Amino acid sequence: MTFLNFFISGISLGSIYAIIALGYTMVYGIAKMLNFAHGDVIMVGAYVCFYMVVRYELPPFLGVIIAMAVCTMLGIIVERLAYKPLRQAPSLAVLITAIGMSYFLQNTALLLWSSNPKVFPSIIGRGSFKLFDGELSVSHITALTIGVCLVIMAALTLFVGKTKMGKAMRACSEDKGAAQLMGINVNATISLTFAIGSGLAAVAGALLCSAYPTLMPTTGALPGIKAFTAAVFGGIGSIPGAFLGGLMLGVIEIFAKAYISSQLSDAVVFGVLIVVLLVKPAGLLGKMTQEKV
Amino acid sequence: MREKTKYVPVPSTTILPERDAERAPVLECVKLGITLGGIKAVEDFNLTVGRTEIVGLIGPNGAGKTTVFNLLTKVYQPTTGTILLNGQDTHGMNTMQVNKAGIARTFQNIRLFRNMSVIDNVKTAMNNEMRYNMASAILRLPNYRREEVAAHRRALKLLSIFDMQGVADVPAGSLPYGAQRRLEIVRALATNPSLLLLDEPAAGMNPSETADLMDNIRKVHEMFQIAIILIEHDMSLVMNICEGICVLNFGHIIAKGTPDEIQSNPAVIEAYLGRKKEA
Repeated sequence: MTFLNFFISGISLGSIYAIIALGYTMVYGIAKMLNFAHGDVIMVGAYVCFYMVVRYELPPFLGVIIAMAVCTMLGIIVERLAYKPLRQAPSLAVLITAIGMSYFLQNTALLLWSSNPKVFPSIIGRGSFKLFDGELSVSHITALTIGVCLVIMAALTLFVGKTKMGKAMRACSEDKGAAQLMGINVNATISLTFAIGSGLAAVAGALLCSAYPTLMPTTGALPGIKAFTAAVFGGIGSIPGAFLGGLMLGVIEIFAKAYISSQLSDAVVFGVLIVVLLVKPAGLLGKMTQEKV
Repeated sequence: MREKTKYVPVPSTTILPERDAERAPVLECVKLGITLGGIKAVEDFNLTVGRTEIVGLIGPNGAGKTTVFNLLTKVYQPTTGTILLNGQDTHGMNTMQVNKAGIARTFQNIRLFRNMSVIDNVKTAMNNEMRYNMASAILRLPNYRREEVAAHRRALKLLSIFDMQGVADVPAGSLPYGAQRRLEIVRALATNPSLLLLDEPAAGMNPSETADLMDNIRKVHEMFQIAIILIEHDMSLVMNICEGICVLNFGHIIAKGTPDEIQSNPAVIEAYLGRKKEA
């Protein structure tokens, strides 16, 4: 039963990684860039949600919606100001800009909200379901996290597969030039991708801080890196890959904490990543792509 | 910035087919030119294309034929000259806008969306005619359903022109080579062009596939009543199908005229036909 308990916590943590990883993987798939500021968008989302719920005493659900709206705008603005001017620049320049943007967001948060950790109120209370005569206890937030992740995955898969915006996104990820020649607005499509990724980051922020209630300006950094790892693990650019990679990373992390050593858990996580990439360099579900001549 | 050139009518520079004589041309290029890396890749390019004319653009490798296509589709912005599409100056338009204005193209090296299904490739090109917004897409409102269904039907209909409705759900990248070339034409047609640019449609095809392609181009021309410009090295195809031919060499037009005139033009023979034909 403890095994099952750990497994469920792992899936729950993994669900958060998966939601964050979607942001990395979609932006990479379409804009071919690593948006390292993505982790800090999570932090901004969590702060917005925190202030809405604690200071303005809004219902948590509404707080999350407002955080999503703010982060969506933030994502679009960051893309427009920092990345769009670099559309033709070498990818290294874009990468450095993304790292700079990450520090900019962290330090702005430091200025606005100080470095004192805030205690984030759970958006759904601290209760739990007791199953098998109390042997198995699943907290509400754990169940909610898993549920939200499944809904997001299903909705996103439908959106990308069945709508014209989704088709435009897939077309841009394969060949921006050809897509544009077929009348697709590539800039709008990239904007939309950032908007969706950042909106999801706000959800991830609220869920993350409900489960691990310490909120600081650096809160987003480590989960951001882990989710990036998850995206690479599953095959960057692939949406199901981000889902699978996120869940597996969460489970591995919790098991490593439980059965090996809580200090070494991150080392185990990244060790597994290295092994997977040695065997499958494109990630679990990634396609090997040949560079075009 | 270049001044917007005032439209000056130029004498028709190709042989307009009689049926187009009374109608405004679909495309007029006036003194079009571009300098790429200090080299004048195309210079003083004048061409008028009739409403339903099929024009061949030929010339030795490196003559600037694909550059002309890239200028027409605004992949490159011209350094000099004017492009009028349906009488409208395309100056300042980008690739997407020029597509909306009516130019669609295929590519020398096939550029399909390989991981998307055949029908999604076609529907992607219909993006502009679907008007529903994000909210209707997420909530699956009636207008989303209606427009998606209509697009699906039209895509199948377009595919059926080339007998491709049977492979609608196959990934485009897994189609055989000839079918990929046909799909590129279908995808271009899906954007409702008034001018279709075909960049070496017969490249890599054997003689029987080329003959099929010729029939297909004729069929498309007849069904859609659009103008077509094609770049091609296969002389039998060009001479058979084109009504007007324009020969480029070193970025300059060296001859224009009907297939018969081109075949007997000494400048063309010297620059192109007289040489050993490339494999």
